[in-house]
Amino acid sequence: MMVGGRTYSAGPGEGRPWTFYALATLFGLFLLFLYGPMLVMYILSFQGPEGGVTFPMVGFSTVWFAEIVKPGQMANIPASFARSIALAAIVSLLTVVFSVAAGLAFRRRFAGSGLLFYLAVASLVMPSLLVGFGIGLGFKAMGWKTGLFTSALGAQLTWTLPFGLFAMFAVVNRFNRAYEEAADDLGANPWQRFRYVTLPILLPGIIGVGMGAFTLSYDEYARTTLVIGERNTLPIEIYALISSASSPMLFAIGTVTTAVSFLIIGLALWRILRLQQRRRGLEAVR
Amino acid sequence: MRVVQQKFPSTSPAVPRFDVELVSVTKRYDQAVAVDAVSLRIPPASYCCLLGPSGCGKTSTLRMIAGHERVTEGDVLIRDRNVTDLPPARRGTAMMFQSYALFPHLNCLDNVAFSLKMRGIGKAERRGRARELLALVEMNGFAERLPGQLSGGQQQRVALARSLITEPQVLLLDEPLSALDPFLRVRMREELKRLQRELGITFIHVTHSQDEAMALSDLMLVMDQGQVQQVGSPREIFESPASAFVARFIGGHNVVATPQGAVAIRADRCRIGAPGAGPYLTGRVAAVEYQGTVVRVALETQSGEPAAALLPDDAFFARPVRPGEATTLVWSEQDAHRLASAIPPQRTD
Repeated sequence: MMVGGRTYSAGPGEGRPWTFYALATLFGLFLLFLYGPMLVMYILSFQGPEGGVTFPMVGFSTVWFAEIVKPGQMANIPASFARSIALAAIVSLLTVVFSVAAGLAFRRRFAGSGLLFYLAVASLVMPSLLVGFGIGLGFKAMGWKTGLFTSALGAQLTWTLPFGLFAMFAVVNRFNRAYEEAADDLGANPWQRFRYVTLPILLPGIIGVGMGAFTLSYDEYARTTLVIGERNTLPIEIYALISSASSPMLFAIGTVTTAVSFLIIGLALWRILRLQQRRRGLEAVR
Repeated sequence: MRVVQQKFPSTSPAVPRFDVELVSVTKRYDQAVAVDAVSLRIPPASYCCLLGPSGCGKTSTLRMIAGHERVTEGDVLIRDRNVTDLPPARRGTAMMFQSYALFPHLNCLDNVAFSLKMRGIGKAERRGRARELLALVEMNGFAERLPGQLSGGQQQRVALARSLITEPQVLLLDEPLSALDPFLRVRMREELKRLQRELGITFIHVTHSQDEAMALSDLMLVMDQGQVQQVGSPREIFESPASAFVARFIGGHNVVATPQGAVAIRADRCRIGAPGAGPYLTGRVAAVEYQGTVVRVALETQSGEPAAALLPDDAFFARPVRPGEATTLVWSEQDAHRLASAIPPQRTD
């Protein structure tokens, strides 16, 4: 039984105002708009072998999932998926390293800190496609070849680094400096202080930043498309598929990639919650 | 807390003259002066309290002794050794933070063992030593708990153990009791004092509570606006406050302007009643507070300066007064303590 918790359930005779129902309906419609099309896609990905890209369902099968990995397709989905995961992992790692360092540095004012901050903001506001275009032009001008781990990596970092920095601001803001002073007091050198105090305390936030950067990179299209070079990432491969052919296989790809995204987010959230639960300890129980 | 045969070897063989000496220590932030030429000598194994209102510079002073704040001018000496430019861990001090700053990701045992781990001492040895310290603060049953699972008072004990494991010559405490409820505060106060006496090291304790400072101090420092207002034992300060500020801040005094200058009279030496041959002050009863052994009668005086009398309960109830009544505060001349500010030394009456 709940003790002390205030509940807002309506008692007998005290109904909710009509605005509640109006807003609840609006919210319901919004959810339908948000998830309806995706739901349709997930269902259609299990279309029977004879079925098409629209309802009705002609039987039920997983052939379209098998189709994804079948060799001799127009698009090489498994290879581009692997590339996307590899790129996202590197982007995520670099974003974490740089935004943690920058987040800690921005705790105090330093020469040019204001300018640096606004440059980071500007990078978020710039039209994505044009950023990619600019990087592509730059590579051409320098006579370099565009590629997955060069120009595409750079283009994605222009997006994930400012994001990571802002997220770290929020994380670092809540960090009590007294922890670091206590570490100094107890004889930790700067590296030990970072390794044994600052980093573990900030870890839940850092995992969050890493997860955010990973998913931003994993489905990035606009900045990457012009600088990807010869080998595509998954979103670009899918786009190529959509414009050239359509079969329920596309839906199967959508279902799989959504599952991967949810898996990553779920794992990260699980880890963060576990860390926080451990630290908050029995407070909730008391 | 019981001390279980604790040894704290002193690093300098000769007995130092002072455990802590501040020589004209100043802290400036840009143009603002937070601590203004504070000098202080703390004899070995003293309990010293820095007392003052918020923003008076007491915490900055403590942090400069700890090495967490850079000294703008002046010198900090610990056991006759100049530590002004040394990092916190090499000063022979340990600090207990107001928030305790226990590492939330480490259990009590590893929190206490932290400094030994930083020095590269093996797991078995450092944990054994940490257990001894947890026993010292009677927290041995909580070794595996995380700080989040402890009450405020328990966290404080663990923080104390973590500070003491470094075998400091001087323990610095930043408002250590302010987070505790009043009942626990009095109990922890006793324990801090006992621990200091049994360890035989110096404690420097920052507080804004005069009760706390009076109860604990061997040496008490009253600060205001970055400056030392008075240094002495609690009794010296209570019996002869140096200025109107000190008399008002430590409480229990009436500050009265007389033709000869300002004087302070202890409220418990004042009486309510008809003026006699001695000095008196007329006013109106503003409030009557029954406090058990005494009754506090607060007065509104013509000058606007509040005054009060602490009357023994039987004396009050023999002749009670009620709020609003006109009354007179009387005291005897020898109880009036002259305050330092520009008062001629001889008495004229």
